[in-house]
Amino acid sequence: MIKYVIKRLLLFIPILLGISFVALIFIDMSPGDPARIIAGIEKQEWEVEKIREDLGLNDPLLIRYVKFIYGAVRGDFGTTYYTKRPVGPDMMQRFPYTLLIATASILLAVLIGIPLGIYAATHQYTWKDNTAILLSLIFVSVPAFWFALLLVQVFSVKLGWLPVSGIQSWTGWVLPTLSLALGYAAGLARQARSNMLEVIRQDFITTARAKGQSEVVIKYRHALKNACIPLILVVGGMYGSALGGALIAEVIFSVPGLGQYMLAGLTGRDYPVIQASVLFMSVIFCLVILLIDIAFAFIDPRIRSQYVRGRKRLKGDA
Amino acid sequence: MKESKVKKYSYFGEVWRRLKKNKVAVVSLFVIVLIIIIALLAPVLAPHPYDQNNPSRSLEGPSSDFLLGTDRLGRDILSRLIYGSRQSLQMGFTAVIVAAAVGIFIGAIAGYFGGWVDNLLMRLLDIYQGIPMFLLTVTLAAVLGPSLRNAIIAIGVSMVPGNARFMRACILPVRDMEYIEAAQAVNASSTRVIIRHIIPNSIAPMIVSITMGLGMAVLAGAGLSFIGLGAQPPIAEWGAMVSDGRSYMRANPQLSIYPGMCIMITVLAFNLFGDGLRDALDPRLKT
Amino acid sequence: MFELEDNDNILEIRDLVVQYHTDEAVIHAVNGVNLTVKKGETIGLVGETGAGKTTIARAILRILQTPPAKFCGGEIVFKGEDIMKKTEPEMRKIRGDQIAMIFQDPMTALNPIEKVGFQIAEAIGLHNNIKKTEAERRACEMLEMVGIPMERYNEYPNQFSGGMKQRVVIAMALACNPDLLLADEPTTALDVTIQAQVLEMMRALKDTLGTSMVMITHDLGVVANCCNSVAVIYAGEIVEYGTAEHIFDYAKHPYTIGLFGSLPKLDSTDRRLSPIKGLMPDPTNLPEGCRFHERCPVATDKCSAQPPSVVEVSEGHLVKCFLAEVME
Repeated sequence: MIKYVIKRLLLFIPILLGISFVALIFIDMSPGDPARIIAGIEKQEWEVEKIREDLGLNDPLLIRYVKFIYGAVRGDFGTTYYTKRPVGPDMMQRFPYTLLIATASILLAVLIGIPLGIYAATHQYTWKDNTAILLSLIFVSVPAFWFALLLVQVFSVKLGWLPVSGIQSWTGWVLPTLSLALGYAAGLARQARSNMLEVIRQDFITTARAKGQSEVVIKYRHALKNACIPLILVVGGMYGSALGGALIAEVIFSVPGLGQYMLAGLTGRDYPVIQASVLFMSVIFCLVILLIDIAFAFIDPRIRSQYVRGRKRLKGDA
Repeated sequence: MKESKVKKYSYFGEVWRRLKKNKVAVVSLFVIVLIIIIALLAPVLAPHPYDQNNPSRSLEGPSSDFLLGTDRLGRDILSRLIYGSRQSLQMGFTAVIVAAAVGIFIGAIAGYFGGWVDNLLMRLLDIYQGIPMFLLTVTLAAVLGPSLRNAIIAIGVSMVPGNARFMRACILPVRDMEYIEAAQAVNASSTRVIIRHIIPNSIAPMIVSITMGLGMAVLAGAGLSFIGLGAQPPIAEWGAMVSDGRSYMRANPQLSIYPGMCIMITVLAFNLFGDGLRDALDPRLKT
Repeated sequence: MFELEDNDNILEIRDLVVQYHTDEAVIHAVNGVNLTVKKGETIGLVGETGAGKTTIARAILRILQTPPAKFCGGEIVFKGEDIMKKTEPEMRKIRGDQIAMIFQDPMTALNPIEKVGFQIAEAIGLHNNIKKTEAERRACEMLEMVGIPMERYNEYPNQFSGGMKQRVVIAMALACNPDLLLADEPTTALDVTIQAQVLEMMRALKDTLGTSMVMITHDLGVVANCCNSVAVIYAGEIVEYGTAEHIFDYAKHPYTIGLFGSLPKLDSTDRRLSPIKGLMPDPTNLPEGCRFHERCPVATDKCSAQPPSVVEVSEGHLVKCFLAEVME
């Protein structure tokens, strides 16, 4: 098992190097000129050229890449072009907001989505199942940003229960989390339902029935576990998508998160900000995926048993 | 002896027959066709040009002149909604086609050749997929410069890895089938084996995945436009219209609500049709 | 003698009819089957794939998925009581305890994420009012009995080979000492060498435990190996029934004869096998008259007009064919 974790951690390094390179290529592709933006339109070309030189924009791609990696390894991501503040601390200050929104919404999605999907699957051919399918389909198809506006309209404008935007107290978190969570919950519900239906049709369920096991135990012990294990991976993927998707909630609810920070960097051609935040988010995402994969390997005996050496004796059995 | 009855079935005929039986799928297909027609006939159907400003009549409610009212610049909302279908469909279809073409190509190569080719391609995809998808889309759209075309490229590129992996996964079981070995045994070229044998036999799940991708692409496109990285004004685009309406949510919520509903209906139709198609292509999964 | 007969029969199936109803069509899977299993007897159900053998076995346990399966008539009398009239909780007490089943594909018959030991102990715990540790101890015994060291109790199915998995499935089925064992092609998915081992083991266990068995197979070798009597099934009907000796040496039904004609014989000088021509009829659209007449080499006009009745050609040897009537 430890071998597996080490192997995965080692694989992590080339991926991160690759992502930083990809981020750099993106930046290289982009048409705008940050030096000109910083200088303003009135400045002479030689002045702009000096800014360019200072920012290291004239270096060849590979040199810039090595410089960035060298800095990143030491935790130095450079300074922003405009405020001249170091990017690293800026990001660390904003990251908790994004992390909290993403984590809370995924948790909420898991809590709502999986039970709903399982419930639907175990009530197949009834109105309960049909309602659950319809609801989840609608929520999968609703644009999150629009749904967020509707939530604001109802809970903030009409009912006045929650703030329209900003995070002063816990109430400020509710709508951003909710607006992001329901789409994922619907996706999970669909996945959970189809997994469950797939599992229920398998032979070992018939075996359990032939043993004389009751339908309840068959459904909630044999089938449920088998249906839920693959969902772990789905949740991992969703978490990554939530880290990115939080951006929209941050924009709508004026949450000072990393997504907004990055968006501002993107529109202002603030290269260090773009590069650092893409890398940072990707590191978090890859870490989550890694943790999920390890958890999966631990939970799924088919994988776990490949890594366990020796055979354990049954307790009190010798 | 009685003449033996041989029923003639073509594969796609059979799929179509099953699809027709599924009411939900038929209705959603009808809605999709309707939206396509609206998009094609937009100049005929729209009562006003989408970019005609009427500063004196801004933010009006529904009237006989403007059936759904007007926006901040006095433009007819109904006409803008009708024209908006063009942007959404364009983003959905083009991005998905680009993503599917490139994805199928990469996936087919990786799946068929295996070995180091497969390994290299998959590691490259690992890197791509290490970046959260929506961030990748946003970053690409931003660095390419905000425009409808660049939004399409950004969405398409972000969807490539998923398609490639999916295609590869579809191919792997087919690759080891005996008829592929048979084809290789009679000295068919790799290209021929891939195009004539492997792709047709692994395309069914791919088609479903692509249909499902349409909804995702429309959503992503609307999202990009919402944060200003998609279609630029004065082009009528649903996501951008929702964004424009935000400032008037209190007094004129319909400015945001209508375009949002359009997005939802379009995406819902694509998703429902995708579900129906999946059931029709693989009746075993239908329950 | 005759009064005792009822008690002698552990299972009696009378006029069993099972259909599958789908959106598209009605599949006539089992069409009026009569079958009797005596105590301690092994009866072989032989027939091609799709003849309805598995459906019969699952109907006995009442584990057919309904829908699409639909019970259309007949009775299944187990130890003097009609299984069809039992409630679901009563049925659960019978399943796994008095009637157990061995499945065709050991690869999919075990829950992939539960320990094999647990899966056996589960069956034991369900039908015996004993402590968990006691159930585990008995499960260990069962493992040993089928030739798996009990140290492997805590392993998962993926750590077992196909033959080993089938041993686990057999251990599970025999765990509660059932009166009747339904073995649904227990060796089909296994390698030939393993097949012999598993069959030998099943026979030995059956003899020690005194279990009656319904052995479903399309492998005539298996039948010769372990069955007392044989029922040949074609298109959901029993076309010939008799002792293994009757069937092997004095087969009367053209289908049975055809089945044996498809086997290579070591002592024969024939150059070619004589397989049965054609395919099983479409179960959604069975032919009129004798179900077999379209493929029968000796069919007459009468065969396509009306179904033949069952004739007892010698004691305990039943044939459903007009030819047998004539011969009689």
